[in-house]
Amino acid sequence: MKHSTQWLGSLGATVAVTALVLTGCSAGGGTGTSSAEPANGGGGGELTPVTLQLQWVAQAQFAGYYAAVDQGFYEDEGLDVTIAEGGPDIVPQDVLASGDVDYAISWVPKVLGSIEQGANITDVAQIFERSATTQISFKNKNISSSADLKGKNVGSWGFGNEWELFAGMQKSGIEVGDINLVQQAFDMTGFLSGDIDAAQAMTYNEYAQVLETVNPDTGKLYQPEELNVIDWNDEGTAMLQDAIWANSDRLASDKDYADTTVKFIKASIRGWSFAAANPQEAADIVTANGSTLGQSHQLWMTNEVNKLIWPSTNGVGLIDEDAWANTVEIAKNTKNETGATIISNDPPDTAYSNEYVQKALDELTDEGVDVKGADYEPVEVTLNEGGN
Amino acid sequence: MRARSEPAAALWRRVVVGAMGVVVLALVWELYKLLGPADGVLVGTTTVLPRTTDLAMPHLWVMGGRVLEPVNGASAALPMWLVVLQASLFTLGIAAVGWLVGVAVGLALALVMQRFRAAESAILPWIILSQTVPLIAIAPLVRRWGAQIHLGEFTWENWMSVALIASYLAFFPVSVGALRGLSSPDANHVDLMRCYAAGWWKTLWRLRLPASVGYLLPALGLAAASAVIGTVVAEVSIALRGGIGRLIVEYAGAAGGDPGKPWAPIFGSVLVGLVAAGFVGLIGVVLRRFRRGEVAV
Repeated sequence: MKHSTQWLGSLGATVAVTALVLTGCSAGGGTGTSSAEPANGGGGGELTPVTLQLQWVAQAQFAGYYAAVDQGFYEDEGLDVTIAEGGPDIVPQDVLASGDVDYAISWVPKVLGSIEQGANITDVAQIFERSATTQISFKNKNISSSADLKGKNVGSWGFGNEWELFAGMQKSGIEVGDINLVQQAFDMTGFLSGDIDAAQAMTYNEYAQVLETVNPDTGKLYQPEELNVIDWNDEGTAMLQDAIWANSDRLASDKDYADTTVKFIKASIRGWSFAAANPQEAADIVTANGSTLGQSHQLWMTNEVNKLIWPSTNGVGLIDEDAWANTVEIAKNTKNETGATIISNDPPDTAYSNEYVQKALDELTDEGVDVKGADYEPVEVTLNEGGN
Repeated sequence: MRARSEPAAALWRRVVVGAMGVVVLALVWELYKLLGPADGVLVGTTTVLPRTTDLAMPHLWVMGGRVLEPVNGASAALPMWLVVLQASLFTLGIAAVGWLVGVAVGLALALVMQRFRAAESAILPWIILSQTVPLIAIAPLVRRWGAQIHLGEFTWENWMSVALIASYLAFFPVSVGALRGLSSPDANHVDLMRCYAAGWWKTLWRLRLPASVGYLLPALGLAAASAVIGTVVAEVSIALRGGIGRLIVEYAGAAGGDPGKPWAPIFGSVLVGLVAAGFVGLIGVVLRRFRRGEVAV
């Protein structure tokens, strides 16, 4: 008898310890999930729930959407917007196509491939007019245009981020085999340590990461004068980046969804307009929503992203047909290192539509909102070490 | 018996040896950084030992000092150690859920396989095959399948997908270890139970379960390690907010300008692993009277 009671006692102790750990967990799990929800201004009437899928974690690249939530622009349109963050393996257009979210932010070239494989989604607002992708190098490497990349160690993240680079090289008559393509990580250490001669860098992120690093030779931060930048906008191989994507089937069949789309675009543009006028506040809103980027880096990102949007040629979000055609052209004719292209045929007509953004722009203009920002002026941002 | 009769001096020796291990590791790091070539050691064009620059291998005190500073320059920013500690608790919680589910499933499978021979031949190959599915790699898919689940008030949260992946890795060593443990009693002991006219349940309780402890404890340890790894990797994959994996993703970009920062969450995951291992060690202490002839799986 003694034997089995001890056995039971041991078991009881094990269960107790296990329960303790579990309790700790449920508390942790609770805070984590609720903090992902944006602040929701309170149950004023009938708000339509809308979920937006980002292509990365919270950062100022998405400042306009966070500002629109924070400033109540979505709520003013009757929308209760939840922002779902992305991550390394989350593909926003797939999440959208499978119906888990209502809208998604993604780059046009990445989505064109998904559309050809059957994703039924539509670019309803081209928020970024310009491309932020560049190839940066130290001055002493003498790489100032895509033609100079020949024979160099060229960094790229891959996964659909490489097409502007390849298109630029192809335009200058450089084959993929003429360069040494280096897989680039999330950080710029490969570039800083010299493994990569010309590294891929977004103006709003990696370029700043370099400028936040102390140059061991001078003891001061790296300066823009020490770098050469190949800007694909100048090289003519820029492709359209952050756009708002919607579900094509629902746009066609669901009148409410089509209306919601106009409202969503409208409030989003208001958010970006707020970010242009109040970059510091917009950056702070993103930080308050859980981004752990340093303060100066966050402001830099807000400012650089604003430059991609403002001033807007035709009104924010309106898809420029020439720019679209150019992106499609590059997507069809640019070969990557395996010889593949993004798409082999022209995308269907449903791949983009100006119908909803035009309505949104008209309404905004009627309400006195400047949707072109012709006199937009970026601010001067001083980066600190480590972006802090 | 061993654990119970251990004198205090021997325990102290183990603590000191454990601490020495950490000190030696730290010394090796700093010594290599001091003496190693700045460009690392290359065989042909392949780097076999890392660079020793401050970027590639920050001094330990840089990493340590960074932990004491705030995460960023925001006025409301918390100190790094607190943020990492919170994230570690979050990750530990998910890993614990994954571990518990994995252990429960693993034990249940082992019991079924022990009870029915046919089940063993039917299930065991699938259990082994299951580990060839790279579930970690398809974490976003698991998240999306989960997002489709709505049962009344219950909605599937993203952290549950991460816990599911952790349990998927954790159940394997438990099921295999428990099966071996449950089948480990000598035939004459089983025969003795039969002579007592003890049924399967009684035999299980009095003979098989106590006998399985020696096999189960190492399996539980392996399961804990798998659960922690599975949790962190799945967190990285879907950038789950709140956990260590998310911090690893977010801090990676600071590697140039703030080299100490990306190391903080790595220390956090080490901490989670230590706590998980310590917890399994605690189970071992509780069950010490059954640890006769412990076997490594």
